[in-house]
Amino acid sequence: MSLMALREQLNMLLNSMYIEGLLDQQFQQLQMLQDASSPGFVAEVITLFCEDAERILTELTKLVDQAVVDFQKVDAYVHQLKGSSSSVGAQNVKLACIQFRQFCEENNKVGCLNALNVVKHHYYLLRNKFDTMLQLEQRIQAYDSKQQN
Amino acid sequence: MAVDAEAQFHVLAVDDSLMDRKLIERLLKTSSSFQVTTVDSGSKALEVLGLKEEDQTSTSALSPQHNEIEVNLVITDYCMPGMTGYDLLKKIKESSSLKDIPVVIMSSENVPSRINRCLEGGAEEFFLKPVQLSDMRRLGPHILKGKHKEQQQLHQEENSNTNHTIMGSSNNNNMSNKRKVMDEEILSDRTRLGFSSSSLNLI
Repeated sequence: MSLMALREQLNMLLNSMYIEGLLDQQFQQLQMLQDASSPGFVAEVITLFCEDAERILTELTKLVDQAVVDFQKVDAYVHQLKGSSSSVGAQNVKLACIQFRQFCEENNKVGCLNALNVVKHHYYLLRNKFDTMLQLEQRIQAYDSKQQN
Repeated sequence: MAVDAEAQFHVLAVDDSLMDRKLIERLLKTSSSFQVTTVDSGSKALEVLGLKEEDQTSTSALSPQHNEIEVNLVITDYCMPGMTGYDLLKKIKESSSLKDIPVVIMSSENVPSRINRCLEGGAEEFFLKPVQLSDMRRLGPHILKGKHKEQQQLHQEENSNTNHTIMGSSNNNNMSNKRKVMDEEILSDRTRLGFSSSSLNLI
């Protein structure tokens, strides 16, 4: 695929993510922070976010599965995930976390179980698109460095 | 640690989230040529600042006996396990050697009582997360004020110190030059927003 076609694909992917609410303006901030001196910044942040999110989702799954749920502990983890999704611009995930916290406050176990599923749904959707995004970016960067040689 | 001639001001960033540490470091380095140190807890921050728990009556942080690094601003998350950002703020303000270091607090939650408490506790600013590039401009005046106070303190010490050194006066000149350059950098609209034509392009 030509460099132009790759860039076109990346743009379309990003556009769709903004339109569908997967990403918000904060992601644009991250893009602005990437420059020649820090070319891998966005990829690094995305990777950190995904590692963090998956660690938290694993913990949450265990906690919400207990016979007696420790809602404070659950809330603390959801608060963390809300924070990092907010920092990376993961809008749908963030909103799902806000809903989740409501159920924690109400000590509502069924609500929490459902909310966790919603968060996972949005996170894995986003993760898939992030994977595609990073692959496209790698291919584009490979092109650029080939052209420079 | 490499000495960067351009990095004149040193910011200590405190956050338990690795992602947020990366972000704040990048924000600080992008917006101005700050030297940045990041730590993941309030207690580590105090170590870096050279404040030991027992040492409440320490002399000035500029004294050559201390081997802590010089910090011109502390920016800290509010919600951290163990020592919160507020706790850290209080410890800094209660320390005779550190109280003039400006402290900025960040939080993902917009709680007016929390904000007031921090400002009343001596914080210069309260940033809502996610912190933006535009927020970085609000740091300039506080860093300059802190540096100015430090200069005054150094000047007072030099006067009362019987061992006058040449370092004293030349330091003052360097500091005022640095402050001028800092002014220009912070107040200008130059930001490294350069990226390719399509604003959505990652490259």
